[in-house]
Amino acid sequence: MLTETLSYVVFNLGNLNRIPLGEGREYQIGDEEIVIFRARDGVVYALQARCPHREGHLADGITGDGKIVCPMHSYKFELATGAPVGNDCQALKTYPVRISQAGEILLEWPSVTK
Amino acid sequence: MSEKQKLVVIGNGMAGARFVEDLLARGGGNQFDIVMFGDEPYGNYNRILLSGVLSGTHQAQDIFINSLAWYEENNVKLHAGVRVQRIDRITKTVIGADDIAESYDKLVIATGSSPFVPPVEGIKSDEREGNKDGVFVFRTLDDCDGIAKYAENAKSAAVIGGGLLGLEAARGLANRGVETHVVHLMGHLMDVQLDGKAGKMLRNSMEQMGVNVHTEKATTAILGNGHVTGLQFKDGSALECDMVVISAGIRPNTQLAKDAGLAVERGIVVDDTMTTDDPDIYSVGECAQHRGMVYGLVAPLWEQTAVLADRLTGRKTEAAYTGSKLSTKLKVMGVDLAVMGRKEPENDDDEVVLYSEPSRGVYKKLIVRDGKLLGAMLLGDTSTAATLLQSFDRGSELPENRAELLFDLSGETKSQSVADLPDDAQICNCNGVSKGAIVGAVKGGCTSLKKLCDATRAGTGCGACKPQVEEILQFSAGDLLTEDASAHYYVPGVPLAKPELIAAIQAQNLKSVSAVFAALANGKEDPGSKAGLASLLKTIWHDQYEDERDARFINDRVHANIQKDRTFSVVPRIYGGVTSPDELRRIADVADKYQVPMVKITGGQRIDLLGVKKEDLPGVWKDLGMPSGHAYTKAFRTCKTCVGSEFCRFGVGDSTGLGIQIERKFQGIEFPHKLKMATTGCPRNCSEATTKDIGLIAIEGGKWEVVVGGAAGSKVRKADLLVTVDSHEDALLYTGRFMQYYRANAKYLERTYDFVERIGIEKVRQVVVEDSEGIAAQLDADIEAAVAAYVDPWEEAHTPQHPSQFVNLLSAKETAQIRSLQPAYGD
Ligand code: SRM
Ligand SMILES: Cc1cc2nc3c(=O)[nH]c(=O)nc-3n(C[C@H](O)[C@H](O)[C@H](O)COP(=O)(O)OP(=O)(O)OC[C@H]3O[C@@H](n4cnc5c(N)ncnc54)[C@H](O)[C@@H]3O)c2cc1C
Ligand code: SF4
Ligand code: FES
Repeated sequence: MLTETLSYVVFNLGNLNRIPLGEGREYQIGDEEIVIFRARDGVVYALQARCPHREGHLADGITGDGKIVCPMHSYKFELATGAPVGNDCQALKTYPVRISQAGEILLEWPSVTK
Repeated sequence: MSEKQKLVVIGNGMAGARFVEDLLARGGGNQFDIVMFGDEPYGNYNRILLSGVLSGTHQAQDIFINSLAWYEENNVKLHAGVRVQRIDRITKTVIGADDIAESYDKLVIATGSSPFVPPVEGIKSDEREGNKDGVFVFRTLDDCDGIAKYAENAKSAAVIGGGLLGLEAARGLANRGVETHVVHLMGHLMDVQLDGKAGKMLRNSMEQMGVNVHTEKATTAILGNGHVTGLQFKDGSALECDMVVISAGIRPNTQLAKDAGLAVERGIVVDDTMTTDDPDIYSVGECAQHRGMVYGLVAPLWEQTAVLADRLTGRKTEAAYTGSKLSTKLKVMGVDLAVMGRKEPENDDDEVVLYSEPSRGVYKKLIVRDGKLLGAMLLGDTSTAATLLQSFDRGSELPENRAELLFDLSGETKSQSVADLPDDAQICNCNGVSKGAIVGAVKGGCTSLKKLCDATRAGTGCGACKPQVEEILQFSAGDLLTEDASAHYYVPGVPLAKPELIAAIQAQNLKSVSAVFAALANGKEDPGSKAGLASLLKTIWHDQYEDERDARFINDRVHANIQKDRTFSVVPRIYGGVTSPDELRRIADVADKYQVPMVKITGGQRIDLLGVKKEDLPGVWKDLGMPSGHAYTKAFRTCKTCVGSEFCRFGVGDSTGLGIQIERKFQGIEFPHKLKMATTGCPRNCSEATTKDIGLIAIEGGKWEVVVGGAAGSKVRKADLLVTVDSHEDALLYTGRFMQYYRANAKYLERTYDFVERIGIEKVRQVVVEDSEGIAAQLDADIEAAVAAYVDPWEEAHTPQHPSQFVNLLSAKETAQIRSLQPAYGD
């Protein structure tokens, strides 16, 4: 079904404990800024860093119940899908991420080749 | 002499009072002199919300519908607290306690019903009249009070009866931290409304919230001498408990009617016009029996009162009540359950649509006959309840694809599903409010939930339709939507009012925000509630509070106020607005060194360094060598001063000295909202003390006026005088005591101007100055503890709370490894 080859670059974002529990921090990947959230229930999420509303830095927001609340004007988004909650912003981009045996954050950054 | 007819109403409950309201709304005040009798010594209250009072989501004072003043304003003569003993139909007179008699032309009996107490041994006390200690029924505000008080010292409680009311009582008790058991005679819970499968799932849900359920248990005796120690069952088993709430059904109060010789069967028999067999006597509510039915829910009786009011006023002489279709929702937090109509099919060709997903506790069942809905049961997911209720009420044709009735198939948000309903669709089934009426009220300016509910009465009955009302508000108000800090809850995500929340936190020793969510919100971490809880926990536990930084707003994580470009503002504390050349020099040096884009004198008599990078905050604080001014948080901000007696020719008090003293003492203490003060050396008020949260105004004779609840922000309000004192010590004392009273009792984000208005300055003065509640010493001790626990947050410049506390960007490294996958990624 798929004609192109999907491959990805793995970025090591360092140990998870560099991010305080329940908070988020930003990383620069190529030209893009992304944010990693370390939710209290142990789930880790990777999303675009800026809020589509007025570019608020989501990393400074409050997480909970699988959502992130932007620190600027309190718009809410789903962490897992990036979908807006109660607002009609565009969905945030999300990226696959996992944690290595050693506790490091591994971001899978897509690069598509035909 | 009045030419009006005289109308007497016996019963001031949901039906009696509602009937009088209906009558007045139809101009009945001009046709009748109205007299009411009520057994309770006050106006009427919303009985439905007693469940909320018991579980702590409502305060008793919030459920009153009409105050005594209301009756006066509407020329209704109310005999509050007077029980009617007899109706004399020959002289057409009603006779009550203390020989109070009222003649009538027309009489309405709305005496409601009483709890049914099954014949069980050991209910009565051996020693005195009445029940054994710890035996309760659940019908009135007094019952509710009694249960709540007794529960404070009880370890375990049993509720006899697993119907709607019994389950609501059980949830209420469980919320109060009592080990709770429900004892039910039949094979499954709510057997009147639910089939066996749904009953079993409901049982699981109840058990998950810590309520123990025992079915097929016939209670034969209540054990214990003097007070309850347990229950004895027919099968020989027993259960230990300290209290019992009996909720085994209701019996209509028909004795008065029976004694007067009216036709009474199960209830007082009425026809379609709500008339008894005496043409001048009517009956509505739970005491009435219509076409063989006696109703135990409010929706039917509100239809009845409307019909009777229509007829008596002559508004609609043809009005008739033809019976009601029954539907209800369970008001137990954490369980979604809606039921309507039949629970089982009756004919062979009745169609049953069933969906069951026990792992999620979801069960849905529809009974359909000739394409129309005869009954429905929705457990665990009630997203389609509104639509189903519409079809049920109207008997409208159902869509071919029955699945549409079970699920929100469109995948659209719920607001759209309510949006799709026609304007005449009824949203509030207690008050009969249509969608059109709600939308109309929103357009008319009711843009907060509270205003909207108050104006339309939607959601003011059992409250189950509130989410839908809110949805309508959201889509019809759009940008105009205004917030109302979740009317009763302290924070939206934990359904408890502040006093109950504090009680639960203390009783269960909850010291962190995540512990509160785990214990009191089924583990759901509502992000909108975190900051409010963090503030409250700090207030309760002081230095024992387990600080979780992610619960704080960014300002409180980095102790500075975020700006639109993610830089921060730094406002060092300048006590009483008095600074020194040395301090000013340091501020100037910092501004140079960190290239601060703007240095501004604030309206709070200090200096703001705006545009500081997050990474630079610790350096800025270290170099300033001044404590935090807390310009970023819900805490004590500043005490503005004027020059006062030291320099000013009018000054009669040392406002600068007192202001500095105050700011040094109370700096940084957290409050439900920010708290600002000012001291002024004379009533000319140069520091604007009369519009501060707390103001101290020097007056002639060495005295200070302490004023509270002032505002000059989005709202302007002159502060109220709390007390006049004659020393700085007393000024500090009452300031601190008021502060603590506000801290302990205000809702999150409630400024003192709203708080003082809500409580009333008289009450505030009684508690804070006259010590009417005997808590002054405790308030003083609590505020002193907060003062003692204060630590300057800018100390974190030296000892950051986490290595990346002030870091925006962490480094990433690309690993050599590149994988290629066929055919998809993201395994
Ligand atoms: C800096 C200052 C304006 C100035 O340049 O003078 C200021 C700046 C802000 N005010 Fe203010 N207010 C400032 C004095 C006031 C005053 C006057 C006073 O304190 O004497 C008022 C009216 C009195 C009052 O508090 O009601 C005032 C009423 C508000 C309000 C409306 C509060 C209300 O309930 O009506 C807000 C919004 C809020 O709190 O929700 C607000 C919110 C804000 C915020 C925090 C908005 C925000 O969240 O970013 C602004 C932060 C700017 C920053 O980062 O420093 N500010 N603000 C003043 C700082 C005083 C200080 O030294 O602490
Ligand atoms: C805790 C609880 C929760 C409930 N929840 C719901 C719900 O969610 N949804 C729902 O639809 N229904 C609910 N109900 C049922 C609902 O409250 C009743 O259907 C409704 O109150 C009946 O109204 P009524 O006026 O007939 O009786 P009541 O409200 O009981 O009023 C009777 C009045 O008559 C007075 N009275 C009685 N005898 C005399 C006398 N001899 N002299 C003078 N005055 C007298 C009483 O003082 C009282 O004022 C609940 C009931 C309870 C107790
Ligand atoms: S008045 Fe408005 S814009 Fe000005 S500082 Fe206060 S909040 Fe900001
Ligand atoms: S920038 Fe995120 S809500 Fe406005």
